Amino acid sequence: MKGAGFIAAKFEGQLGSFTLDAEFTVPASGVTGLFGPSGSGKTTVLRCIAGLHRVPNGLCAVDGEIWQDESSFRPAHRRGVGYVFQEASLFPHLSVTRNLLYATCGRRPAAPADAIGFDEAVALLGLSALLDRAPDRLSGGERQRVAIGRALLSQPKLLLMDEPLSALDAETKSEILPFLERLRDSLSLPIIYVSHDMREIERVAKHLVLMQSGRVRSAGLLNELQSDPALPLAAGQDAAVTLDCVVSDYDAAYGLATLAVDCGQFFVPMPKAAIGSRQRLTIAARDVSLARERPEGTTILNILPCRIVSATPAGANEMVANEMVVVLRLGADGTGARLLAHVTRRSWDQVFRDQTKLAEGMPVYGLVKSVALLPTPSAPSTARP
Amino acid sequence: MTESLSPDVWIAVRLTIDLAAITTIVVLAIGTPIAWWLSRTRAWWKEVIATIVAMPLVLPPTVLGFYLLVLLGPDGPGGTIAGLWGGRTLAFSFTGLVIGSVVYSLPFVVQPIRNAFEAMGERPLEVAATLRASPWRAFWTVAVPLARPGFLTAAVLGFAHTVGEFGVVLMIGGNIPGATKVLSVAIYDYVETSQWREASILSGGMAAFAFVVILSMILMQKRAARVGK
Repeated sequence: MKGAGFIAAKFEGQLGSFTLDAEFTVPASGVTGLFGPSGSGKTTVLRCIAGLHRVPNGLCAVDGEIWQDESSFRPAHRRGVGYVFQEASLFPHLSVTRNLLYATCGRRPAAPADAIGFDEAVALLGLSALLDRAPDRLSGGERQRVAIGRALLSQPKLLLMDEPLSALDAETKSEILPFLERLRDSLSLPIIYVSHDMREIERVAKHLVLMQSGRVRSAGLLNELQSDPALPLAAGQDAAVTLDCVVSDYDAAYGLATLAVDCGQFFVPMPKAAIGSRQRLTIAARDVSLARERPEGTTILNILPCRIVSATPAGANEMVANEMVVVLRLGADGTGARLLAHVTRRSWDQVFRDQTKLAEGMPVYGLVKSVALLPTPSAPSTARP
Repeated sequence: MTESLSPDVWIAVRLTIDLAAITTIVVLAIGTPIAWWLSRTRAWWKEVIATIVAMPLVLPPTVLGFYLLVLLGPDGPGGTIAGLWGGRTLAFSFTGLVIGSVVYSLPFVVQPIRNAFEAMGERPLEVAATLRASPWRAFWTVAVPLARPGFLTAAVLGFAHTVGEFGVVLMIGGNIPGATKVLSVAIYDYVETSQWREASILSGGMAAFAFVVILSMILMQKRAARVGK
């Protein structure tokens, strides 16, 4: 697919002893996470998209524009990408302002002629106090914010971020993540975000490309890949699904918000919440239990009717070897959002043994012990019964 | 003291400074693209070129001077070029001296600039490319400013080394006052004619110059290392 609205990439090549054979197509909107273990080729793919690296057999088309095919290769400086490297890589001989304006040769971009104006970028990333400083007078987090601003002010058609937070400590990370979320929510700019940290991907990404030893294992919506039992994510120790919700109600007396998702709702304690605002939840598989009847007299807040989509014993090599990986869909008719549960094989046998064959679509109740609200990872708001 | 020195000395000083300044400009103009190419190319034969550039470091100046004499003389390409403006040879002329000095000083200029280009790595240029800078713009706005300490070292070494050259000058320049008689040759001349006072004043001046040059270069490099952090 080379059409408008999509990012299509296909790169084949040999780099030393490493074989790259990656192909995927994702929408040219929102954040796409590029996830995989170190050495799986994520950075190489990103460098190929940017035109910093050239593999002989490559194809790259972004929103209808062909950047590389059999006969052509557009050099990096004509691709209209913004690239945020792992290290900020600011120009040490230029002030923050001149770093920010390098792409425009000193001209201050201003909306609406430009997609993002200078003042807007400075406000978005909180740079106003840093403008006259030299890069060596900035902290690591400040440097990375300037690097993000510098990439944005080149008015890119596509923003590529290569583990932009991995060189930072946990505190600085949580200082920058809100800026990334603001970026995602306020600009209509497609972003490809490389990370080996699923927690970061869960916070920012809508789509996911899953890489493994130079190949694309799967690509699609984040929560579909998270809950696909054929993929390693669902059987991982930190397996979870990420759900985008809308605040539908707020009970000030209990400080409890109601977050609506497709065919279900979650009660989550929050200090305050605006009705209609969007929230992102992560629900860990180990925090979800199953019951065949609605339990009575329990303090568990979130009990959701759902149906079983599949139940797979985790492979012997997985971290959760003696557990069942159960995929659920919310709603009495099982047409809603997907949820993932890890239950021990023993409890599975005890509860579901009488089922000679597990009817797909069997109705159960999902008992969710804990829900993590994503925008505030420094102080995760969790609902414990 | 000034009055007592013969005017020949001042002509030689002036000529030496002119030669060193022009040589420095020419050698930077030629050496920079060579250094850039050496720092960026993956051609297997790049070290062959690097070796040819570095050969004046170990060749006796007389050997270098001999080949230059052949090249610049009436029967070589230098003679042909000189013929363009009615001359017969480039040897024994100021132009010839500049050519000889450029060849002789080239390794002292190429090496520090190449080191500086290599030390910065690919990253700053990749950043520039993702910020829409053409390779030409990236070179002038990123590579050259970042390699500034290398250029300073190269310029100082190129200048000082040209001031101090002797063998090559003697071979291809001879000893023509106001045209090719530079300080080092003048000192040799004074010693030959037992003018010890002139020889010792000039030698002392040259020693002081060398000291100042090397000291300021060391200080410059220390400062650059501090700023670069």
